[in-house]
Amino acid sequence: MIVRHLSLVDFRNYETAEVELHPGANLFVGRNGQGKTNLVESIGYLSTLSSHRVPSDQAMIRSGADAAIIRARLQHGDRQLLVEAQLNRSGPNRAQVNRGAVKPRELSRYVSSVLFAPEDLALVRGEPSGRRRFLDGVLVQRNPRLSGVLSDYERSLRQRNMLLKSARASGLKNAPLSTLDIWDERLIEFGSELMAARSELVAELEPHTRLAYAAIAGDSHDATLSMQFSVLDSARDDDEGLHEEAVRHGAIDRALAASWFSEALERSRRQELERAITLVGPHRDDLVLTLNGLPARGYASHGESWSFALALKLATAEVLRQHSTAGDPIIVLDDVFAELDASRRERLTEAIEGYEQVLITAAVFDDVPAPLAAHTVHIDSGRIVEAS
Amino acid sequence: MYEGIVQELIDELGRLPGIGPKSAQRIAFHILQTESVDVSRLAELLTQIKERVRFCEICGNVSEEDTCTICRDPRRNAQTICVVEEAKDVVAIERTREFRGLYHVLGGAISPIDGIGPDDLRIKQLLQRLADGTVTEVIIATDPNLEGEATATYLTRMLQQPGLRVTRLASGLPVGGDLEYADEVTLGRAFEGRRVVE
Repeated sequence: MIVRHLSLVDFRNYETAEVELHPGANLFVGRNGQGKTNLVESIGYLSTLSSHRVPSDQAMIRSGADAAIIRARLQHGDRQLLVEAQLNRSGPNRAQVNRGAVKPRELSRYVSSVLFAPEDLALVRGEPSGRRRFLDGVLVQRNPRLSGVLSDYERSLRQRNMLLKSARASGLKNAPLSTLDIWDERLIEFGSELMAARSELVAELEPHTRLAYAAIAGDSHDATLSMQFSVLDSARDDDEGLHEEAVRHGAIDRALAASWFSEALERSRRQELERAITLVGPHRDDLVLTLNGLPARGYASHGESWSFALALKLATAEVLRQHSTAGDPIIVLDDVFAELDASRRERLTEAIEGYEQVLITAAVFDDVPAPLAAHTVHIDSGRIVEAS
Repeated sequence: MYEGIVQELIDELGRLPGIGPKSAQRIAFHILQTESVDVSRLAELLTQIKERVRFCEICGNVSEEDTCTICRDPRRNAQTICVVEEAKDVVAIERTREFRGLYHVLGGAISPIDGIGPDDLRIKQLLQRLADGTVTEVIIATDPNLEGEATATYLTRMLQQPGLRVTRLASGLPVGGDLEYADEVTLGRAFEGRRVVE
């Protein structure tokens, strides 16, 4: 898909902005703090309903304004679409497609994007929570129905934790325990679906990641992806570190996940009652990245970590492209080139060449390889200064 | 901020469900401009509702007497009980005119976050109603959300007894709607609950 035109009203530092965009590469250049990232953030918002920078929508509404509006004219093949989102300071957000109201979460059916940002390095080196968020974000883009499963799982988890807390407070022997089974059932129902969906996605991402890694790093290191399931982990006390016996390669089905889950809940019941918290489940799982058989987190060099992070994102773009009926996802490279050495810059440029549209932000024009600089827009203090 | 009593009224109205500060202000000024007879009638209703309305001793529905009109009605089928979360749900089902049995209002759904466990709901009273064997079917009509489903599962467990049929309301497509506009979750449920056509 291609964004033909983007208009912003009271979004971040923009009172109003109108930007004409082109198929292929579009480059936004400007010093730091001028609003380059805000432009691409708005497109990311349409596809994921969240920002890669802040957890709350409030920060995206220009200070002093009541609402921000993002309006994008899209092209899916021959089809033209007008997609709009209104972020309200108070009250729920609103969304429209071709002037007809839709639920905001429906927007991701019409807009899909893959964002590359400096924070991606944390996918390789950071906490498991960041990798879970990454997987879940792709899951929802690939299959919007799963956002319901995710939120049901999280709510079941909160309900169950609360029940464990009140059971502990009342001395472990009172009635609340009888309903623990009920919440176990809910937890397993949604949790097993989530585990199966994540493992299936990881199995789908892996071959693309392997190819992309080889293309970006230019070496023959073997990049593999597996899931570490906390329900298979006997040393489940911490969210950290690699536990070999809990790592599984390839997709698992829901029935298997459910049986692991229910066994694990049974095993850990006593400990969970003592600690008053749910110790096993997909909220404690991790995506394990290995390079030539060694965990990338801890063993990979800085350069290798970057290659792996880029490979994961390129694989995501490829998977979304294959699932899409509306064309390629929009590739967004936010301040990425400044982080990369010359050879990685060049190989990344080659890897994204075939995508319908690529949006790039950079503080320094010379950081960006020449083929990506055909359409350059300069940004200064929230103004689109010159489009060439 | 308005002076004294006006602001107090706005704050008080704003505590009602579904009413934000702007609506509260609008209602307060509406009251100020309304004839005092009308206002007194409203005020009187507000004080009386707490005094006069009670809950039916049998089913837990709102009532002005010890038992509600539905439980008192001899024409209702006493062999079927429909279990709902709130009295509002009784009104909704009554509107369909499809159901001629009796009701049982639980008073909510199991939700540890809100501090509601099975003992806080009228489940014991339900079991008592079933004790004499008159009832042959219990229809569970809790909300089709996480807490409603959890409550339904709990009830199903508790109601396992010979000669009693336990059913759950179907979830699925809205009537008069278009298939293409149904969300995936609803459509998925409709697939699960599909049935053979004769």
